[in-house]
Amino acid sequence: MKPPPASTDHAAAASAFLADEARAGWHDRALWLVRRKRDRAAAAVPEWETLRTLASAVKAHTLSRLDDYLLQFEAQARANGFVVHWAENADVHNALVYDLLCRHGAQRIVKSKSMLTEECGLNPYLEARGIEVVDTDLGERIVQLSGEPPSHLVMPAIHRKKEEIGALFHAQMGTPEGLSDPAALTAAARTDLRARFFRADAALTGVNFAVAETGGFVVCTNEGNADLGVHLAPLHIASMGLEKIIPKAEHLGIFLRLLARSATGQALTVYTSHFHRPAPGQAVHLVLVDNGRTAHLGREGFRDALKCIRCGACLNTCPVYRRSGGHSYGAVIPGPIGAVLMPGVDPERYASLPFASTLCGSCTDVCPVRIDLHGQLYRWRQVLGRRGRGGASKKWRMRLAGAVLSRPRLYRMAGATLRFLLRWLPRRALGPWGRHREWPDPPAERFGTWYEKQRRRS
Amino acid sequence: MNVALFVPCYIDQFYPRVAVATMRLLERLGCTVRFPKGQTCCGQPMANAGFEDAARPAARHFAETFAGCDYVVAPSGSCVLHVREHLDLAGDTAAVRHLRERTFELCRFLDRFLDLDRLDVSFPHRVGYHAACHGLRPGRAGERMAPGVDVVRGLLGRVAGLTLVALDRAEECCGFGGAFAVTEEAVSVRMGRDRLRDHLAHGAEVITSTDMSCLMHLEGLARRQGAPVRFLHVAEILNGNR
Repeated sequence: MKPPPASTDHAAAASAFLADEARAGWHDRALWLVRRKRDRAAAAVPEWETLRTLASAVKAHTLSRLDDYLLQFEAQARANGFVVHWAENADVHNALVYDLLCRHGAQRIVKSKSMLTEECGLNPYLEARGIEVVDTDLGERIVQLSGEPPSHLVMPAIHRKKEEIGALFHAQMGTPEGLSDPAALTAAARTDLRARFFRADAALTGVNFAVAETGGFVVCTNEGNADLGVHLAPLHIASMGLEKIIPKAEHLGIFLRLLARSATGQALTVYTSHFHRPAPGQAVHLVLVDNGRTAHLGREGFRDALKCIRCGACLNTCPVYRRSGGHSYGAVIPGPIGAVLMPGVDPERYASLPFASTLCGSCTDVCPVRIDLHGQLYRWRQVLGRRGRGGASKKWRMRLAGAVLSRPRLYRMAGATLRFLLRWLPRRALGPWGRHREWPDPPAERFGTWYEKQRRRS
Repeated sequence: MNVALFVPCYIDQFYPRVAVATMRLLERLGCTVRFPKGQTCCGQPMANAGFEDAARPAARHFAETFAGCDYVVAPSGSCVLHVREHLDLAGDTAAVRHLRERTFELCRFLDRFLDLDRLDVSFPHRVGYHAACHGLRPGRAGERMAPGVDVVRGLLGRVAGLTLVALDRAEECCGFGGAFAVTEEAVSVRMGRDRLRDHLAHGAEVITSTDMSCLMHLEGLARRQGAPVRFLHVAEILNGNR
């Protein structure tokens, strides 16, 4: 995997993505289709808006007592026979997982989809230490084989066309050249993975929901790959972010109904696996990871972002994400939710992300847990502005604009100057606006002038 | 009803015809319209750029200019949303709270307070309606896809001879986004072109919206392409302008 750039420049990356106009259009339409599916699924549930309100309230309550629920979960999980570990950050998490694998003599592991392990950079960490890591979610497998990060939370390889996947599989798995039939490609991946499942010494999974009351946890997949890994391997390691807790099993009825519908328009993920105790002879280790979540919980005005259940609905609906691609965000979590979570991780590196939005609010409208995403984007802009984003010149330009736009005389003079310039300057010379767009034809007088004349006349 | 007309700065400077249409329309529907002198800008450009401190003088000036008005009406959903959500930059006082609640986007105001049976206009054209995001947002159940929320379609439905064209994506953002239009030029232009193509593919002769800023972006793209389509603010159509 290539090292990430020092600081992400969303506009530049988006511009590069859009250079291939046909491909960008294809990407936009593919994701728009997923959003339409979500719309239909949501519309088919009469109490949809109530479910969103309930989910938001349950998460708000849980976050307000996160310490209590985490301790309750830990006690119950231990009583269930799970071994519980706490990891303060990605490094501790990765070392913990590696240590567990060593202690169990595990050399080959199969992994189901987990955004948390992406966040922690677990794969390269383990691979550097000689562990064979195989991602078993088809999309994850594709991006793993092509050596790139996922571009979407639930559809990691959505940016890849089937022809490209055919070429990749030809090179990596020896499928016939030119094969691009999705069913045939899936069958090839399935055969390849099947052998790896049987050989695996350990299975790693993420966690979608952890229930404090029961100490059990839930993993959602569409491919059954988490189950296949877990049921075959003697060691199961499940990594979860602290925010995955919900208080009671009955709350699953709210979240499971929202998750798949919001993500892909399915009523439910094909596999919803509930883990309550280790199978005979199996060890189950749960790693509870903070990695900045506690710090985020302390950020007034941004706390709600921790309600996120990683459904990806805000990505699919975002007109900017659809036209710039997941990689343009240069972040583990792309799209609107990434743009509100990542600046908390590193405000310098991810400073461009809150500005990769028109503040249209479409994300807020679809979020199943009612995160005020566009509001958070606005608030991040304020934080970044105060931190000096854009440099001193930007700050002074803004101050100057503020001064002019609050003094009627200066405002009138500036307006008249602008209208004069627009009349005489060459159209295409006027920067990023004028390259692709005409300026409006400036009128001889502004409305205020016309109004005063009318008033004097009457 | 006494209405104070709030003319956003870019309409004042570039589109006075829209402010005239708004004023005439409100008067025709029985309002007494006043244009408070010395108004400038609500402060949104600086605030959205991340500089609320720089937006504060404009917010204070706005609050002083419109202090004590019964109703403030503007032909812009975006500027009104900024006033409603962020005018506390001028201080969270009772007067400012009053002003925030009493500031309306034109179409919402017409729909809520005025006798629309007096709206006797015709516009015999195929019209593409661009639902501006910021006009969609306030006062909504929070669900963009819910039918019947947007009052603008209802108002345009009262115009004789007007045919609203069906669009593939009725609520997609046009990509203007203020400074976004230049800082994220590539995405902005692509979003605008995609919207334009949708309207043209469905035979729109005129594209209209509650927000001239969206239309300035779309019209700029259309004129550069030489696309055969005109742009009018909703106020112009409702006022019977041709």
